[in-house]
Amino acid sequence: MSSRYSWGADEHLVVQITEDMRLESNFKAMAMASDLESQEVDGLTDICPANASLLVRFDPDRIAPAEVERIVREAEDRLEGGGPQVLETRIFELPVWYNDPYTNETGARFRDRHQTPDKTDLEFAALENNLPTVEAFIEAHSGSPWITSMVGFVAGLPFLFQMVPQERQLEVPKYVRPRTDTPKLTVGYGGCFTAIYSVRGAGGYQMFGITPVPIFDPAQSSADFEDSMFFFRPGDIVKFRPVDEAEYREIEREVEAGAYRVRQRPVTFDLNEYEKDPDAYNARLLEVLYGN
Amino acid sequence: MAIEVIEPGLATSIQDEGRPGYYNVGVPPSGALDLYSAAAANALVGNAPSAAVIESAYMGPKLRFTEPAVIAVTGADIPVLVNGQSAPRWESLDLNAGDELSFEILAGGARIYIAVAGGIDVPLVLGSRSLYALGAFGGFQGRALQTGDVLPVGAGSGRPGLSVPEALRPEFPKELDVRIVLGLYDYRLTDEGMSALVDRPWQLSPVADRIGFRYAGNALQWKEREQPFGAGSDPSNITDAGYPVGSIQVPGGIEPIILHRDAVSGGGYAQVGTVISADMDVVAQSAPGTLAHFVPVTLEEALEARAAAKARRAEMIAALS
Repeated sequence: MSSRYSWGADEHLVVQITEDMRLESNFKAMAMASDLESQEVDGLTDICPANASLLVRFDPDRIAPAEVERIVREAEDRLEGGGPQVLETRIFELPVWYNDPYTNETGARFRDRHQTPDKTDLEFAALENNLPTVEAFIEAHSGSPWITSMVGFVAGLPFLFQMVPQERQLEVPKYVRPRTDTPKLTVGYGGCFTAIYSVRGAGGYQMFGITPVPIFDPAQSSADFEDSMFFFRPGDIVKFRPVDEAEYREIEREVEAGAYRVRQRPVTFDLNEYEKDPDAYNARLLEVLYGN
Repeated sequence: MAIEVIEPGLATSIQDEGRPGYYNVGVPPSGALDLYSAAAANALVGNAPSAAVIESAYMGPKLRFTEPAVIAVTGADIPVLVNGQSAPRWESLDLNAGDELSFEILAGGARIYIAVAGGIDVPLVLGSRSLYALGAFGGFQGRALQTGDVLPVGAGSGRPGLSVPEALRPEFPKELDVRIVLGLYDYRLTDEGMSALVDRPWQLSPVADRIGFRYAGNALQWKEREQPFGAGSDPSNITDAGYPVGSIQVPGGIEPIILHRDAVSGGGYAQVGTVISADMDVVAQSAPGTLAHFVPVTLEEALEARAAAKARRAEMIAALS
């Protein structure tokens, strides 16, 4: 498996790791980005791991493109050397009110752009994945954790890939034509990715629910945003927890009062250990999250 | 010292040289779309290159200056008025307290830059004063200017009567070359698709803003394939990836979009090449209807063009000091 290197004119190098999405490709993008970040190379202005690729933006007035390529290839070679496949990251919990009235109302306004105008987004998603009910779909979506495989499109928007074997990946096509509106903090789905809309706006992902927890806060108004206005970082591991309306409202009040803190723990993600037995490994991750 | 916004013009925002370093969390570089014109405006009024200026698209604002000021207007070809009297572009101008700056109808180009000695003194956000509208931060209160806004101006002392030599002012042709480096996902195009991209001109549509410039003209053909897992069903889809600034994506195989400095940072459309850094200002000054020929160049040629653009800018700055 060899990566494809390509120039994005004179300011970008793009490394396409695989054309398809798989956890190992994302892991490689994360690990290469982390390696490059740690070197603090002058002239590499933006190191952006994506789902199955890596984008490096550089200033050719400060570093020659050939030198950028050499450094990036070396980072890739180090990973191929058979060393430990580990990523220092964190795991956190995100409460989600699935099947909520906000996204359902928005979905209802745009039924003419949807594959099944007579069904909700969640009903469609359950059918597409041969699951008997909406509840079964929500269970599959919230049962296993997700890795933040990319942050982008707009400020602070995470793409998430579920940490389950490929035969258990949920797949749902995007809307036939994109909506012009999506509520802020909608938990959406397109292809094999969950996305959380960091800002209100246009969107083509199916809408499954909404989280009361802010993920992008330019004002940095609470402790979870002390260091950054963006909550999600590439490589973050996330567990969704379904909540009902009462708990959603309770968390919403805590957020408004500035008292809500996301439950989170530092964790080392080991790709080889994960691949031996994903479910058992995920259970251990959740022990880290919920243990004392 | 302040500037009162009497009429905002179109898509008028505060921009500087941009905000590198946050593309990995979806924040684009932003900054003036035509960096050369913005740099000229700053140099004319004695500002550092990093000072913030006012950028408008197609329609200039109407502004009142509360105190005496030295200003300069650069960028698009649009008649400038001070208190209703014609005033020159690409020159530093002395304004009195209460003077009003306004504009007539655009004759060529697309983006207008107004610098004032001292710079527009909005707060730095992530190291830049540039507006990033999708994120609703930076610039003046995280949004485009509106009637009634009062812009703070920093301390500065410009000198009136400076002028950018004619030969160092940009031109705004209706048909032009945009040099691109092919690559990224161009291997997904058929030979006919590649030919349609580079052998025939593209016309800029009215959908052209700080995020992207959408062109119309041809249809591109993609190679048939079984789509990889995660890549979406259309042949123009890829597994979502980072988008280089200046990259050309072609959703559905029609209407190529050049992403500009407020780019969405990534997504699921195949990109077939990237505009070289030296030609991003040319794209920025293209008005809808402009015909563009995408001309493939090598990375080495892109670097030579970059060096030439840098030398021209240095010559312009030297002419004003």
